Amino acid sequence: MDQKNCRFLLGDLSDYLDGQASEAVCAEIERHISECEDCRVVVDTLNQTLHLYHMLPQPEMPEDLRARLYKSLDLEPYFKPKA
Amino acid sequence: MSEINNQPADEIDALILAGIRSGDKSACALCIETYGPSLYRLALRLMQNEKDAEDVVQETFLNAFKSIDSFEGRSGLGTWLYRITYNNAMMRLRKPDLETVSVEDKLDGMEEGYSVPQQFFDWCCLPEEDFDSEEVRLELENAIGELSPSLSSVFVLRELEGLSTRETADTLDVSEDVVKTRLRRARLQLREQLSTYFADHNEAI
Repeated sequence: MDQKNCRFLLGDLSDYLDGQASEAVCAEIERHISECEDCRVVVDTLNQTLHLYHMLPQPEMPEDLRARLYKSLDLEPYFKPKA
Repeated sequence: MSEINNQPADEIDALILAGIRSGDKSACALCIETYGPSLYRLALRLMQNEKDAEDVVQETFLNAFKSIDSFEGRSGLGTWLYRITYNNAMMRLRKPDLETVSVEDKLDGMEEGYSVPQQFFDWCCLPEEDFDSEEVRLELENAIGELSPSLSSVFVLRELEGLSTRETADTLDVSEDVVKTRLRRARLQLREQLSTYFADHNEAI
């Protein structure tokens, strides 16, 4: 990656991926990645990174922790075990 | 994040607040059921172990129920609870994180405060099944743990919990520009780590 020529892209990349960059910035990024293989890889792999995180199952609060939470907060009578 | 039985979040918040303020313990239980899972996820990703995450969540509800009268409603109840969770986690992480926080704070003020990519292995074209494994899911979680708490908190709240930039800024008591800068830096750092992981993984095959 040529740091001088590609640096501008890093600053606008988040907005570009979130669909929040202006039309002019999008056009500039798309023109650049059609010519710069390193930046194309960065854009594609960054997109894929976010996709994998969005697909990641959310960790669940363990049932025993939930029970301990009710107990420690003096709320035991209100605890309903999950089916 | 707090829709139960399709009831709007602000109506549930109003029920919880009125109940806790009047000493109704079932409102505390409703608060735990509504916000406990998301607070636990934030605590787990900041603390990186279940035991500490449990302590942080427990402390958060204890603090919140005791000081419910200090909740002024300027932000949502969820944002307020996230803030207590984050502060409790930071109190526990403070010593080891002192240096990192000061570096992040310095970087926040710099235009070039982002990681310059070093890894250019194109792993997008790997077969789909290479991404669908417990090992990869563990790597994704570990990569969050490698971020400094300043970056992981922004990434978790914005990217994984779906808070807006404004809500994230309110939760962490920073400006919206700082949230944007940290999110950009967190994303690039995670990309770098996953690229290294998939490049190594690809070589090993």
